[in-house]
Amino acid sequence: MEKQGELEPKDVRLLNAIIKKYDGKKEFLICILQDIQNVFEYLPRKALIHVSEKLDIPLIQVYGVATFFKAFSLVPRGGHTCTVCLGTACHVRGAEKVLDKVKRSLDIDVGETTKDMQFSLKTVNCLGACALGPMMVVDDDYHGHMAQNKVDEVLKKYSSTF
Amino acid sequence: MKKVRNLQDLETLRKSILQEKYSEKPCIIISEKSTCCYLSGSKEVVEGFKDGLKNFDLENQIDIKSTGCLGFCEIEPIVILEPKGIVYQKVKKEDILEIITETILNDIIIDRLLYVDPVKGKKCKTEENMPFYKKQRRFVLGNNRFIDPLVIDDYIAINGYKALATVLEKINPEKVINVIKQSGLRGRGGGGFPTGRKWEYARKAEGDPKYVICNADEGDPGAYMDRSLLEGNPHSVIEGMIIGAYAIGSHEGYVYVRNEYPLAVKHLENAIKQAEEYGFLGKNIMGSGFEFNIEISRGGGAFVCGESTALMASLEGKPGEPRAKYVHTVEKGLWNKPTNLNNVETWANVPLIINRGADWYSKIGTSSSKGTKIFSLVGKINNTGLVEVPMGIKLREIIYDIGGGIPDGKKFKAVQTGGPSGGCIPESLIDLPVDYEKLSEAGSMMGSGGMIVMDEDTCMVDVAKYFVNFLREESCGKCVPCREGLERMGEILTDITEGKATNQDLELLEDLGGVIKDTALCALGGTASNPVLSTIQYFKEEYKDHIEHKKCPAGVCKALITFTIDENKCTGCGMCIKQCPQDAISGEKKKPHKIDQDKCIKCGACYGTCKFNAIKRK
Repeated sequence: MEKQGELEPKDVRLLNAIIKKYDGKKEFLICILQDIQNVFEYLPRKALIHVSEKLDIPLIQVYGVATFFKAFSLVPRGGHTCTVCLGTACHVRGAEKVLDKVKRSLDIDVGETTKDMQFSLKTVNCLGACALGPMMVVDDDYHGHMAQNKVDEVLKKYSSTF
Repeated sequence: MKKVRNLQDLETLRKSILQEKYSEKPCIIISEKSTCCYLSGSKEVVEGFKDGLKNFDLENQIDIKSTGCLGFCEIEPIVILEPKGIVYQKVKKEDILEIITETILNDIIIDRLLYVDPVKGKKCKTEENMPFYKKQRRFVLGNNRFIDPLVIDDYIAINGYKALATVLEKINPEKVINVIKQSGLRGRGGGGFPTGRKWEYARKAEGDPKYVICNADEGDPGAYMDRSLLEGNPHSVIEGMIIGAYAIGSHEGYVYVRNEYPLAVKHLENAIKQAEEYGFLGKNIMGSGFEFNIEISRGGGAFVCGESTALMASLEGKPGEPRAKYVHTVEKGLWNKPTNLNNVETWANVPLIINRGADWYSKIGTSSSKGTKIFSLVGKINNTGLVEVPMGIKLREIIYDIGGGIPDGKKFKAVQTGGPSGGCIPESLIDLPVDYEKLSEAGSMMGSGGMIVMDEDTCMVDVAKYFVNFLREESCGKCVPCREGLERMGEILTDITEGKATNQDLELLEDLGGVIKDTALCALGGTASNPVLSTIQYFKEEYKDHIEHKKCPAGVCKALITFTIDENKCTGCGMCIKQCPQDAISGEKKKPHKIDQDKCIKCGACYGTCKFNAIKRK
């Protein structure tokens, strides 16, 4: 989508459908951006411009929201998103060590994507599944009671080349 | 679906639900529908029981009820066999056949599936026998047990929406506010502001329309009672909101839910739809002429949005930056209109108060803090889970009687309450009664109810650093004290954990903490120094150990510890060599190994792997 000069008609229809779902109401900007991100895995620049025009919100405000909230990414993400929970309960049970191990295994830092575009690494403040901490999520799958020696095992499930 | 027109109608409906669906049949209660239950394989267990009952031709004789969180997350998935109330813990698919043939058909208890009390080593057959439940008073959370969160009839069956029907038919808005005021209910999200008074201000405020908001942006890491309530009993929150809206005179409501809680959103969406179908939401609610609608808004993962003005900014589709509250949100909130915001748990308390009366409610708790509070008891604790206790209960009772103490025979060190805005309470204060005032006096706060237990392996300087770094990242950047002050505090704390700080740095840290407290714009900054100041107050020796002796007694701060191998204990098994990511360990098979300190990154992988206790951490 990003390579084209204009949005493809298919993408325009998709964006309009998302905006319509919220009756084009300005207060649902965050929800609209979330839905867009769910489709494209990130927020393409042209989609932001389109949303700004359709909702009649200044682009700078759309951009402000897109950069303020942690959930959004302005760059393409990898095929799988690996999220390590750094909530307090996970922290006291050794979440940092798990995160360090994921960083070493994927050879990327938080917020980055592997060169082969397979994995992106994120952290989250709390998933509310504290009883099972340390927690790690890959895509929509929750993995509880994580330890550094379990990390590779989990990542292997998502990538044949890992 | 037929709309419910009045209290009488609701009672008729309830009776018909009870007749149709609730017989004297035995029932298998399974905690399935919550994030952590799913994670523990609850779905497989429910499917397994369905198939199993079918195989034995029992599907018409025994009911299955799939509920939300039952609170005792440590032992999920939980299966309760009614009418006897036998509780089986950590049930797996493989156990189901045995449960059916042994317990259900032949009344034989399966010993290995019973919960064992970690303190006395006694096996417990029913919830009443479990110390975890004994001291709790589960008025709000307890209903999860009776409800399939996707079925509104289950909620109606336990007198759901009766409080709403009663209010609409018999109690005028002013009286509703009086009832809430008399009950003594205070905000459960952290602030502890009297709910009835807030409603009164919102009712009296000039402006139209007025808004009602449910704050479900549960950002406090380590607290998840709001998630559990929304997932397990969404109608109680919705009912509370409708009653509040009626009292205030509002027709539009929002639930602002964290994006990290997809299941809560799903259950809430379903519940709102069902409530609309029965006529509990929408126009002319139960024939009273009162109109109220609820929309769900998902947050974007910003901690500061738990602050009311930031939340409202975010609801307006703007970045979640707070504003100074010279003018309260009850007067000028969302879109500059009078807005009443309460937390999930606060809303869930409302139907309870209406049904049981303000007198009953105000008898629970202490002189200034009434009712019960749900805490999430997590961290280094045996019985991890959500506990609902009367205000005024002692910390000791929560941690030892309910929580079963610290695992692996370790020593209790501190309990952190109030999340990043709270503080760490040391062992010397373990007999502190838990209420809003007492926690504040101890340098912490009630917060939304996170209770993170720490043992001797937790470094308090590291904990302070963790919270400051957390808040540093979450600071919206609008005001200088919070944006710059936290940055500096983070730097000093990092220096301390790396052994680079002096005693003057410690003084500076305390000074800075005081300044930020006094000058930050919103509650995030205003309370940001609590974790630092409270740990300095109670654990100064530990700071000194880092600064003066360059030691981390808990063995956490990487720069101050070294890993070595005890030659006498090492069997040369080679496990640590395999685990070491840096190839820092060498040695022949069956001969003591060695760690190359230049290569070691102190990840602790060897320490966690060694079965012979040969790796020393100093």
